Amino acid sequence: MRRSTFLATAAALASAAYLTACGSPPRDLDLSLKHPSTQGLFVVTLEPPATGPVLDQIQTWQLHLADRDGAPVSQARILFSGGMPQHGHGFPTRPRVTREIRPGVYALEGVKFSMSGWWDMRFGLQAGERTDTAVFNVVLDDGRHRS
Amino acid sequence: MKHALLAAALALLLLTAFQPAARSWTPAERATLAALHIGRLDAPPADPSNAVADRPAAAALGRQLFFDARLSANDRVSCASCHAPERGFQDGRPLGEGLATGSRRTMPVPAASHASWFFWDGRKDSLWSQALGPLEDAAEHGANRVQLVRLLAEAYRPEYEALFGPLPPLAGLPAAAGPLGTPAERAAWARLPEAQQQAVDRAFANLGKAIAAYERTLMPGESRFDRYVAAVVGDRPADEAALSPAEVRGLRLFIGKAQCVSCHAGPLLTDQHFHNTGVPPRDPRRPDPGRSPAVARVLADPFNCLGRFSDAPPQHCEELRYIADDDPHLQAAFKTPGLRNVAERAPYMHAGQFATLEQVIAHYVSAPGAALGHSELARAGQRHAERAPIALGAAEAADLAAFLRSLSGPVCERGRPC
Repeated sequence: MRRSTFLATAAALASAAYLTACGSPPRDLDLSLKHPSTQGLFVVTLEPPATGPVLDQIQTWQLHLADRDGAPVSQARILFSGGMPQHGHGFPTRPRVTREIRPGVYALEGVKFSMSGWWDMRFGLQAGERTDTAVFNVVLDDGRHRS
Repeated sequence: MKHALLAAALALLLLTAFQPAARSWTPAERATLAALHIGRLDAPPADPSNAVADRPAAAALGRQLFFDARLSANDRVSCASCHAPERGFQDGRPLGEGLATGSRRTMPVPAASHASWFFWDGRKDSLWSQALGPLEDAAEHGANRVQLVRLLAEAYRPEYEALFGPLPPLAGLPAAAGPLGTPAERAAWARLPEAQQQAVDRAFANLGKAIAAYERTLMPGESRFDRYVAAVVGDRPADEAALSPAEVRGLRLFIGKAQCVSCHAGPLLTDQHFHNTGVPPRDPRRPDPGRSPAVARVLADPFNCLGRFSDAPPQHCEELRYIADDDPHLQAAFKTPGLRNVAERAPYMHAGQFATLEQVIAHYVSAPGAALGHSELARAGQRHAERAPIALGAAEAADLAAFLRSLSGPVCERGRPC
């Protein structure tokens, strides 16, 4: 039951659509890389590699998962989806959370941005009984990260 | 008073008319233009799966092989037959013509080394593995790998062995055999011991690696567009005349409301990714599925980055390991072609569906629904969740086509005059 709820949440994440008018990202886009998960069960931090997001290179990002008190959450199951909401396509690769590097810190490998513009990075999170989601926005301007 | 107003209006008009181009672009637009300049193009990215990728001796051998028509079933088809140097390494035909007519448009070779995936559907993951495909395709070279290894031994042994070590012994090999050939060639291949098959496969792979080393030397040169951008970005007026007013208007559309730069980005004017833009299939009864079935093909390909003939350790095969294998947008999606020299290579699209640039632009404006899968384009009058329709009037479409004609330039071979 829990598993099916988790998968359903992940599927909803994958199929989420946006309403935007044209090519430039919405002005009020939340670009924070640390915020509570959608239902507030976790505090989630998305950490780009030291170079920042770079066009046309496969990168490893890190996801820090903590509970509301800041304690690391280990052994979580994390699914990734994402893409370019304004272009109707996903990532050129299929990034995956491959391992827990240290308690509460997970490696997201295979991240590649093929175009400048607005990308969303969406996570389905499951830790024990708790399931939640987290969404981050990243904007690349000609290969440079806007924050 | 009336005269003063008129004079002021005239002065304003004159100022606008003679304003240097550099000042007519916003800082953000200038950054966009700078990212498209040919000077932003680096050397081809390293190919760890090909140990000889940047060896001059491999490029020299590859150059000979590229132009050698003995690499075919009838001694009349070379790589250059379709990738003709005098045509920018393509053939100007809607469909490739080798021993028979193929099903897709010949792609140009210059700067192909910058891609992660090859062919319109990306069914190969390296330039060397790509080079092997047409050699054994019945509609292209129609050769078989035993025949090709025999040719290497007879015509290229010293050059080959200096790069790759000994060729496999030919004793016991039939004249013709290969796993993809005629029934007789396949039967002869099946009779070979596995070790002998692998030795042939390795030499066959090395042949592809030499051809790839040559292809990596081919790059597009400077176009009028680049001269204009250099002037704009460098705040120099000298080369602003490199583009006509109509071409400049077209460029403004290209990076603006025509949305071209969304996918035709970077100095090669491609994102190297796959998109379904609803291009009508050549045969409506059999729409081409494009990228989606190619994913399984490249994963199963014995000549991929993770295969035994690759020189790369598995951790360097990230594109293959993280291949997008579950993305519904890839159905009937095709690789974004680069636009350098686009005016020199009609007809357009993956099966030469459109004869002119004007027809291509008209397609993006009309944005028909896809015969297979879903088009990423939004159609005028239709609500589309993700993006705006590409709305261009006739004069704007003409300006955009004029701009695309400014992207022509030479093809340069490294180490030779360009």
